[in-house]
Formats: sequence, C-alpha cells, structure tokens
Amino acid sequence: MNTIMKTGAPSGLYRRFQTLLIANRGEIACRIIRSARVLGLRTVAVYSEADANAMHVAMADDAVLLGPARARDSYLNIDRIIAAAKQTGAEAVHPGYGFLSESAEFAKRLADEGLVFVGPTAAMIEAMGSKSGSKALMERAGVPLVPGYHGDAQDDATLTAAAAKIGFPVLVKASAGGGGRGMRVVREADQLLPSIVSAKREAKAAFGDDQILIEKFVDNPRHIEVQVIGDSHGNLLSLFERECTLQRRHQKVIEEAPSPTLDSKQRDAICAVARKAAGAVNYVGAGTIEFVSNGRDFFFIEMNTRLQVEHPVTELITGVDLVDWQLRVAFGEVLPLKQADIKLNGHAVEARVYAENPAKNFMPSVGRIRTWRTPDEGNGLRIDGGYREGDVVSPYYDAMLAKVIAWAPDRASAIDRLNGGLSAMDVRGIVTNIPFLSALITHPSVRANAIDTSFIERELTALTPPQPATGVVELAAAVASILVDEAKDADGTSPWNTFGWMPVGTRKRKFVLRAPDGATHDVMLRYGSAKSELVVGERVVSFAYSVRVTGEIDVICDAMRTSTASVIDGREIYLRTRNGRFELHWVDPFGSEDEEQTSEDRLVAPLPGTVVAVLAEQGAVVKKGDPILTLEVMKMEQVLRAPFAGVVKRLNYKVGDIVPEGAELAEIEAQAQPPI
Amino acid sequence: MTLRSEINPASADFKANAENMRALVADLRQRLSDVAEGGGHASRERHIKRGKLLPRDRIDLLIDPGTAFLELSPLAAFRLYGGYVHSASVITGVGRVSGRECVIVANDATIKGGTYYPMTVKKHLRAQDIARQNNLPCIYMVDSGGAFLPMQDEIFPDERNFGRIFYNQAQMSAQGIPQVAIVMGSCTAGGAYVPAMSDESIIVRNQGTIFLGGPPLVKAATGEVVTAEELGGADVHSRQSGVTDHYAQNDSHAVGIARRIIGNLNPPKAPAWHVREPRQPNYPTEDIYGVVPVDARKPFDVREIIARIVDGSEFEEFKKLYGQTLICGFAHIWGHPVGIIANNGILFSESSLKGTHFIELCCQRQIPLLFLQNITGFMVGKKYEAGGIARDGAKLVTAVATASVPKFTVVIGGSYGAGNYGMCGRSYGPRFLWMWPNARISVMGGEQASMVLSTLRRDSIEADGGKWSVEEEEAFRKPTRDQFEHQGHPYYATARLWDDGVIDPADTRLVLGLGLSAAANAPIEPQRFGVFRM
Repeated sequence: MNTIMKTGAPSGLYRRFQTLLIANRGEIACRIIRSARVLGLRTVAVYSEADANAMHVAMADDAVLLGPARARDSYLNIDRIIAAAKQTGAEAVHPGYGFLSESAEFAKRLADEGLVFVGPTAAMIEAMGSKSGSKALMERAGVPLVPGYHGDAQDDATLTAAAAKIGFPVLVKASAGGGGRGMRVVREADQLLPSIVSAKREAKAAFGDDQILIEKFVDNPRHIEVQVIGDSHGNLLSLFERECTLQRRHQKVIEEAPSPTLDSKQRDAICAVARKAAGAVNYVGAGTIEFVSNGRDFFFIEMNTRLQVEHPVTELITGVDLVDWQLRVAFGEVLPLKQADIKLNGHAVEARVYAENPAKNFMPSVGRIRTWRTPDEGNGLRIDGGYREGDVVSPYYDAMLAKVIAWAPDRASAIDRLNGGLSAMDVRGIVTNIPFLSALITHPSVRANAIDTSFIERELTALTPPQPATGVVELAAAVASILVDEAKDADGTSPWNTFGWMPVGTRKRKFVLRAPDGATHDVMLRYGSAKSELVVGERVVSFAYSVRVTGEIDVICDAMRTSTASVIDGREIYLRTRNGRFELHWVDPFGSEDEEQTSEDRLVAPLPGTVVAVLAEQGAVVKKGDPILTLEVMKMEQVLRAPFAGVVKRLNYKVGDIVPEGAELAEIEAQAQPPI
Repeated sequence: MTLRSEINPASADFKANAENMRALVADLRQRLSDVAEGGGHASRERHIKRGKLLPRDRIDLLIDPGTAFLELSPLAAFRLYGGYVHSASVITGVGRVSGRECVIVANDATIKGGTYYPMTVKKHLRAQDIARQNNLPCIYMVDSGGAFLPMQDEIFPDERNFGRIFYNQAQMSAQGIPQVAIVMGSCTAGGAYVPAMSDESIIVRNQGTIFLGGPPLVKAATGEVVTAEELGGADVHSRQSGVTDHYAQNDSHAVGIARRIIGNLNPPKAPAWHVREPRQPNYPTEDIYGVVPVDARKPFDVREIIARIVDGSEFEEFKKLYGQTLICGFAHIWGHPVGIIANNGILFSESSLKGTHFIELCCQRQIPLLFLQNITGFMVGKKYEAGGIARDGAKLVTAVATASVPKFTVVIGGSYGAGNYGMCGRSYGPRFLWMWPNARISVMGGEQASMVLSTLRRDSIEADGGKWSVEEEEAFRKPTRDQFEHQGHPYYATARLWDDGVIDPADTRLVLGLGLSAAANAPIEPQRFGVFRM
C-alpha cells in the first residue's frame, strides 16, 4: 500500500500521511475514522465542550478540545483546528460535510500550514462556491442550466419572445426580489402579459424596482445529483446518480441510488454532463453535481465540493468506499478504477434519522438518549450512527443521529429492507422522526415514485398519523414489559423473588394504562400457582411471555406468540408491536398523585380575617389547588385553595366580609375516587 | 458430599406413592382455594361495592410486586364455628414490603365483619410471635368489628387472649420492631387500640373508623346521635384526635403510604450467618411425592427427602455410622446454612446423644436447625429404660428446648409422643412449623392408644372375673382409633393452629427458604443450655 505511484503526476507528489484529523463530529466523523483505520491511519478527533463524551471522541485515537459548544468557537474555528493538528502531529484534515467542508479559506489556510486538506483545492471550491460564477462557468462548459431571460430590456415584445424561447410553463419574478413576492407561474402564452403587468406592479411596490426576469418553471421538480471523484492525475469518474426528491424545507430526508426516475439513456447523459461540469474545474476529490429535473430534462443547480451526507447509497450500489478513495486521492494516488469498471449493482435507499418531532413542525428534540437500539447490520442493512445510548443530543448542532441505509437487488425490496430496519429501531429519551420515516418510505406514492420536492409538506398529516388504538397485544406487551422490568432489578438469589408464589387463591394485579389520547385501559393480571391470564374488559386471554437474548419480549396471548419491544422510563411505557409503535402511561397503582388531598368538604378560615377577593364561582368545577378566595390575615394575604377536586357548592362570604376563625368559607363537594 | 438418590422413579412403588401424595396435595389445594373465597360471593360483592379491596388483594398490592407471600395457617378454624370462618377471618403471613420482610395481619371483613373468634385471636398472636422472634415489622390491615361477642369468654379474659395483641404491640415497639396499622374499616372498642398502639397509622377516608364505643353504644349511653364517620372517621382522627398519622383516599393509596413508611425504615443488621449463592437440588422437589410410602408404617430413607430440598443436594453427614436412626448433617437451603436433624427410625439412647451433640455444634457455630420429623417415639422396653433412654432423651429435649439458633420443623410423617418433643414440636419454639398433608400428630398412634386402653379395660374386667370377647374388645377399640385418626389429621391440627400451615411437600424447599430468610432478620441470642442429665 505504501508504494509510491509511478504514474507521472503533474502536481501529484505522492505523500502518504500517517495521522488524520477529522474536523467534524457525529456520524460522519465516526464513518471517516472507520475508513481511515482500515488504511492504517492514526485518527484525531476534535470536539467542543458539549461533545466531550461524544461517540466520535471515544472512537478516535487522540482527541483535542476545540472550545465552547457554539460552532464558531469550535468546529468552525480554523485557528483551533490547525493548532490541534500541530499538537497531535496530524498531517491531513478531513472536513466531513457541513462546518468547514466547503470553506476555501480553510483549504487555503491548511495548505499554507503544509497540511493536506482532504478535498479539492481552495480555487476549485471558490470557482464552484459562487452561484452566479459557477453558472457562468457551466454555461461555457455546455452544462444545461435552467433556461431564463435576465436581460435589461423589459418591453412586452422582448419578454414575450423570451418566454416563448424558454418554453412554458415559465416563472415570472422580480429581479430584486425573493421570498416569492412578485412571483407568478405562467402556464399558457396568453396568460403571460397580464402576469407580467401584475408582477411588475408588485415588484415596484415591494422593492421599488419593477425589473423582472423569466425562468423555466420546473414542474413537479425532482432533485437528482451525480457523484463524481477526481484524482490529481487527471482522472475523473462519475459514480452514478442519486435521487433526493423527498425533502422537507430543503433538507433531504430520503435519498436513493440510482434514481428511479431516469432510464439508462438519461442516466448516461446526466453522468456525462456531471463529468463535464467537474472537468470544467479539473476537479480533484469527491464532489456532487446537483440538478433539478422534471423527470425529462435536468438543469444544473450547483456543485457541492465535498462528501455528501447521502454518499452511502452510492457506495452500496458501486461497492466503492468513497472515504477510502478520498484519502487515496489526498495521498496522491491514482483512482483505483476506471470509468468502465464502475458498475451499477442493485438499489440503495437511505433514511436520515433525526432528533425531531415531525408532528410538531419538525421541532428539534434535545436531551439524553436513554435507549438506543438498532438492528444488526448485514443482510443489506447499513447503519451509520454518531450516537450511543446515554449520549446527549445538544441544541448546538444538526440533530441528525444516524443514517439507515438498505441495499437490495431492486428498489421495492430495498424499501422493504429499509422499513424493516427502521421498524426495528428503538430510540428513547428524545423524540425522533423514525415513525415518520417508516410512514414516508412505505407511502404508496413513494413506492410508485410519484413524488416531487414538495411531497412531504403536502402529505405531512398522512405521514404523522396518531397512535393507533391500543389493543390486547399492546396491553399484554405493556404488562409483560413492566414484569420484565421489575424482574430485572430482582435479586435472583432471594426466595422472595419466586414469582407469584402464594399457595392460597389466585394472585391479581391491576394495571391502568393511559394512551396519549387520554383513553384508559384497565388490565387485570391473574397469576400465581395457576396459568396467568389477562382480563381486559370482558375478555379473558391466556398470558405468557419470554425475553429473547436480544431483549425483545415475546408475548403469548391465547396461543399466538408475537415479538414486541419495549422501553420503560419511570411510568412511561414505550412499545413496539406488530401493530406499530405505542406510548402508554402506567397510572400509579397507589394513586400517590393525590396524596395531599383531604376529604373535608369545608374550606375554613385558619385565622380571623377579611375576605379581599373571591376567586371561584358557585357551581364551578375546581381542581385541587385552585384558588377559591383570598383572605387578609394580619396584613398578610392568604389564598385559600380547593383542598381537592370537586364542585363549589356554596360560597358563604363576599369581598369585605370579616370572617371569624374556623368560619366555613365555601363548601366543595369532592369527586369520589375509587381505588385502582 | 452430594447425596445420590437410590430411588427409581419408574418403579411401581414410586408411582403408587406419587399418586397417593398427589391426591393429598390436590385435596389440600381444593381446601385452600375454598378458603381463598373468604366470606362468599354476596359478602365479597358488598365489600367491593363499598370501594374496598379484598384482603388478599390488599396484601398483593402491599408486598413487592410479584414476590412470594408466605401465608400462615390459611386453614385455621377449618371446620370450626360452623365451618365458614375461613382462615379464621384473618389473613396472616410474611411478605416483602419495600424490600423488607414484614409480618402482615389483614382482617377479612367479608366473614362476619372480620370479628375475632378464638382461633382468630390465636392466629393474630401467632403472627405477632413470629414478628417478635424474627424481628419483622408488623403491618396490620384493620377491618374488623372486634370480638365475636357470643364467644367472648374464649376471647377476652385469658392470658393469651385479645388483650395480648396490644401487649405484644407495646412490647415489640419497645424492642424497636415497627408497628404500622392501616385502618381500612372498623376498629371498634378494643380494636381501636391496634392503630392507637401502632408506631404509625394510616386511615382511609369514608372507610376507616376508630372509636371505643360505636354509634349504637353512644346512643345507649348518652343519647347522642352521631354517624360513624363523625364519631371516628379519617377526618376526626387525622385532624383532631391525632389517633392516625396519615390520611388516605382509598385502599390503594393507603397501601402506598404503608409501603413508603416501611421503605424509610433502617435495614436490620446483617444476618448472623453467611448466605451464599443458592443452588437448586440435583433432583426435582416434586419427586418427594414418590419417596413417601403410601403406608405410613413403611420406612423410607429420609436422605431421599434431604437430597430434594437442599442446595446442590449436598449434605455433610455427622456421625453417619453412629445412632443411625437419627440423621444429622450440614447443608444449605437457598444459600442459608442449616443443621438438619431427621428421623430414620425410632429414637434410641445413641441417636439422642448424637442429636444432642449435633445441636451443640449448630449452636456453637450459629447455624439454624431444621428438624424433619417422622417419629413414632423413643424406644421402650426393659432394656432401654434400664439403659437410661429417659436420661438420654432428656438431654436431647434439653438441647432442643434451649438451643438459641432459629429452629424450623417440618412434620413429614408421624409426630408422636415424646418424639415430638425431641424433634422440636410446637412446644419447643421453632420459628416455623409446617406439616405435610400425609402427616399425623398425636400423643401416640391410634392403634397403640386403643391397645393401651383395651388392655387396661381387659385387666379390669378379668380382675372382676368377667369375660371380654374379641368382638367386644374390637368395638371398644374402634372409637379410640377413630378419635386418634380424626384428631391426628393435619387439617385438624392446622385448624387449631398447632402448626403454621399444611404445605405441599414440593414447596418445602421454598417455604424453608422464605422462613430462613425471615429468621435472618433477628440476631441470635447468647447460648445457654440447661443442665444435661449425665
């Protein structure tokens, strides 16, 4: 491996480094460490104060603290990263994605310090980094751009002619604008002029400038991108395309390779264009050319001069380890394969697991991961994770926890495998989008590839269904999980832990379980010397369970065995059964929530005083602790509160009344509380 | 040494034995499930309708979830008082509450309002004895109308009668054994002292009442008309009188409070003996069924029983070749060390001396004693009397009586005469005493008793010159035989609290494990033996 390449390298002085610093965190840092290790490199992690116990820090050979949690004080702090590299003797830096991965300044600073940047040169980053500059460059290289008219001539004839040349539908929008103001979609030629008039009027009003531009409107837009990689010997390869149409707020959610939208001819064409685009800057390193497509045509949007989050789907269909190749390119090696050797094999789909709540507008969730259970890798399943059980998800960084990637010979099977993998994941302590991802990839439109980039926003309600109704299987699984949890803490050496032993009669235990919608379920467990049974309403079912080595609980109800998974956190029970995912609250069997409640149906003045406020009305339904009235006693105001939940039957005093000690201020009728 | 079973589970004898024992166990289970019903359907429904939990459900909620409950004498008062006072209308036992072994006493208000019959008192006192001897906190779940008035003469006045309950509470409290009462129903008259004498008490609103005189008595005495709740309800006692310390919304809330009270106690001192990792015996405990012969007169090797109840079937026998009718040796049960003394025939002088020596060893080493009792008695006859069997028997009885280590007795067969004393019968203060359903207990066998009586009778008749035909003699002997058989039956015994319960032989190991674990809560008193007659 350590042989110096003989191929005549123009700039390609071979330089195999021994120590690699990874200027990133989370799953990508972990993933880079893995490949670097296979190449025999020593790895250095950097971290912020918030990440001191993070997985990537634990994985690396060495680790250096960069600074406070805020990214600009840590992962974006170039000076600190360079200092860390010097301190640890790292000769190269892999930037991962995000953070400094597309910072030309960073690449330049590293080069100045004699450090290898695992990626393109600063010049290449700069050339592709500017939106307008890169488009001009691409236009010159013959890469298709979204057709448009950006000219100064704003007369009707010029604009009409331009629209006709672009081809309908077109987008008419304010040149100065943004945010959709002054924007019109025009589908027919005869609608053009009225739209121009109103767009100009709106642009004038909004921006004080009525200049407009016209662009091709891409109907049912799809996001398709091509993976490229170049070496410093002039070799540039494309590794097929990925489709990343399923996005929410411009963030990719599901990515797959190859694109199910393109046929092989289109595939060849888009890959050729991508090579042409990268070739325009003699690109070195891994990069991605992104296109927008309506399913027939594709237009260049931008180039990402880094490794992408979704690179694993490309790896799975090509068998190439892209990080390994990035490092070889950085060594100055020639790419191991030629274009003709890159073969497309099967289909891969990736889902991004985020700490966020899709039902609450994708609100990020932070906190400690109490449970982190993922299925075994293999059988076409790959999991790139950056978190472990006990890790903390902090609010400072992107909340992506892991990527679940499935490969299969065909798309339908890959989706099923991915769904199987997602379904077998249990992450608790924080809210994740896992159920949403499952719902998304199994949605009929996704299976049929009848999607566009707005699909998720449109279908969000269907993709975040409420918890299904709790059935006997779930109640049995909840009871089993409580029993398993209790047995876990039990000392097996004590005869008292002989489960259910009592020679007289049948033992009974009542569980009250509450679903998120407030529905409560009473479950009576009968156990002891005879076979266990569950009584749910009128139903009596035989009940048994066993725990698998993997921790899953097999529940056997009325002769049917079904595998379930559960996590118990205090009184909250999370379940995964054949019917989906469930959350249930186990109501305290001792009713301790009401322990302070008293039964006296009278509210009496503790001391003589004056009523200064009456805070409840007669007939009002009050909760325990609700204020009833305020009494002024010895110049101190004292709020007298309902001692228990009930109905205010009578108020005996009004504001200004002077009440003697022990006077009955109000009568409250308590609600009866049967034991549970 | 690991015991090796010589018994063939495929043999006809084994099968016949097992079938016989299974029938006895099935009958026992049937009796136990009968008493589990308490006061019958209508009474239970009425109780539940009031929002109250049934006593066994209260216990189930009180003990740590799913843990074993060592119920004591569930067949107390069996066929007494008309037969319906199941379990003597009070459920007692040892259970683990918040990790701490406790004695639980729960009245069953579904049977005659939970009133106290003579056996109820005896059972309550027995539970308190167990608590005191084993240093176990007491939890009283009170729901009782007090003494059953028609039998007040057998309940109230004597030394070990009703008053003893409160005496025990005071004594235990003085010894630092926590006394906790949950008032879940009536606590009338004397009963009012159960919560009042407790260290901490809980009362359930609209359910628990405590008063010295109930509303009818108050009306009779003073003319005052008052409801039970006004007179002695939760509000009165939690706010005004201070008789109770905790106010509960309902039964389950009250039980939760009790669990927290126990959870906040300091743990007892570590046991006097070392508890090791338990191991299962090498033979299934259920095989005991096949070991015990159908015919009680047939001998069997008690090592076959020991092999099925001790850890790893390991038994280090002491003086194996001497006094072979009494088996002595060391073993572990559920990790607890035990010195086992078991009968393999009648007691002779040698076996008595061996047993005495072995008890001294156990006391010296602070090892609990387990007696497996299957004894017809000490050997009789001229030779043996002259050889001093009474003297050697007295040594054994002295050792048994004065041994300060915890003692456990299981009657696995006969328990007759002085053998009962030598083998730690009820009078000798075992921490727990259980019987198997095949056991028999009486001063002597029915056959022997009728023989003794008929011999005396014949002597008397023949001395007067009369004649006594064989038929006449048989007619004379039958009632005695029948009486002994009836009164020697384990159900008769357990009904009268001569034991702590009739157990399924297959549960022996577990029951002993629970008992040893409970006994480990109390320190061992310093050892002082009495004078051994030499």
